[in-house]
Amino acid sequence: MKTSPFLRAVLLVYGLLVIAWLYLPLVSVTFASISKARYLTFPIRSYSTQWYARAIESDTVRDIVFTSLKVAIIVTIISMIVGFFGALAFARYNWRFRKLYQKLILLPIFFPQTVLGLALLMWFNSVGIIPTWKTAVVAHLVWITPIATLIIAIRAYSFDAALEEAARDMGASTWVTFREITLPLLMPGIISAGLFSFLLSWGNFPLSLFTTGADSTLPEWLYAKMVSGYSPLVPTVGVLSIIASLFLVTAAVLIPWFMRAARKNR
Amino acid sequence: MERLDRKLGTASSLPLLTILLIAFIAPMIVVALFSVMPRKVFSLFNTPDFSAYAALLQQGYYRSLLWSLGMALASTVILFVVSWPLAYGMAKVFRKFTIVLTVAVVVSLFVSENIRLFGWVLTLMKGGLFEGHFRAWTGEGFESPLYGVPVIVFSLVYVYFPFMLFPLAQGIAMVPDDARQAAADLGASRWRILFEIDLPLAAPGIVVGSLLSFVLAAGALAESKILGGQTVIVIADEIETAFTYGQDWPLGSALSMVLIVIIAALAIYGITKVDLDAIMGKKGR
Repeated sequence: MKTSPFLRAVLLVYGLLVIAWLYLPLVSVTFASISKARYLTFPIRSYSTQWYARAIESDTVRDIVFTSLKVAIIVTIISMIVGFFGALAFARYNWRFRKLYQKLILLPIFFPQTVLGLALLMWFNSVGIIPTWKTAVVAHLVWITPIATLIIAIRAYSFDAALEEAARDMGASTWVTFREITLPLLMPGIISAGLFSFLLSWGNFPLSLFTTGADSTLPEWLYAKMVSGYSPLVPTVGVLSIIASLFLVTAAVLIPWFMRAARKNR
Repeated sequence: MERLDRKLGTASSLPLLTILLIAFIAPMIVVALFSVMPRKVFSLFNTPDFSAYAALLQQGYYRSLLWSLGMALASTVILFVVSWPLAYGMAKVFRKFTIVLTVAVVVSLFVSENIRLFGWVLTLMKGGLFEGHFRAWTGEGFESPLYGVPVIVFSLVYVYFPFMLFPLAQGIAMVPDDARQAAADLGASRWRILFEIDLPLAAPGIVVGSLLSFVLAAGALAESKILGGQTVIVIADEIETAFTYGQDWPLGSALSMVLIVIIAALAIYGITKVDLDAIMGKKGR
């Protein structure tokens, strides 16, 4: 059915407005981060980058960035490995409990993260584990490994099982088939799952809130500052954290593009 | 071949299932056990009783639960209405713009939700982006919409927008164009096509999107704390208070159990309704 050009234009404008709505708060945060005044009011009268200098020099900020990085990197590596196998069980192999398994792994995604974080806190306490950033890694994994699995599963669905069979018929062992056929074919999915895992862990707040114990991640630190009154460092560190994410997304898009271009030129 | 498939399938599901067993199912069991412990104890080795559930009924905690469920319902309905036209555009009308929208929405998800909520505070507060500029131009200010129920619902709509949009777009993409064309040829109006073709055939996407946004909004905490300014105490807030300031784990667990049972019932109902192979596998084919 053809859509009229008018409806198409209306929907397009609506879409642009929605994008503007999604990013409007970030515009406010960015302006706030370059305002010179200690107590922010709009319109901003004088601009300055002094809060950025303060944020970069601050030892506290360096510590929490380091904690957040540690958590996110470990979560990313484990999610990529677990997600790879999880996706094969999800989409590729025909085994007995596949349908049940598919549904089970969706439950943590449907679950309110605050309650999950508190439940984990009680669980760690009752088995005698003192929460630190390591327990936060476990908490993030509960939510992020199922998401990584789903992302790789999308790739695994378009996978031609005949390729594996052919390799096996030619005498490749299960292990060699795995390494030479399955893994390379799923690689793009694994990389995007890794990207998602890193970014979701880096920005996660509700799970970290209860599971990091005395340590603090970046979103937690920002929240603590937000509820205890305005601090000019909040928008600044917020913007720095967003820039870090954007940098990673851009790198993830550009590196494969450059690699493809380089291969073509050869 | 089939036997190998079975063996590999079971083996490759094990890492993920182990994580879920240790860090999802076991904690849920601990919460369930704690909820039947006497008040204010910190170990599971006590005689079970239902004093925490009794306190839950007597001390008016149901009010917070109703607020949470009510605001979640309101935001789900608004989300559905707001997202439908866009999801329709993404599935049936746009070509390149669908990719632009998808990337824009996904990238916004990567920014921590409390930074985005804080951005709304800066936008809407007195002397914020809106009021400040308005006052500078007209010389007159207006009351800030912050710290009330409507702004909490607004922020729930804002934060959970992607969780409604993507399942809806996926659902609408499953509506065959032929069915819509046939209905149009037979003289059905736009509204009739919407109600008798689009809505029923996109039902799996509608169910998943609505359940996801409802369930996530029902357990939300940061929205009411950052933008709501304690005008309403939501259930997740009560749970947090019981665990932290209250030092009453059984009460916190009983409150969590009520929320968990409601959410689990809805989530399991929704998940069993959809065929994941059909939704995800159809892609790229």
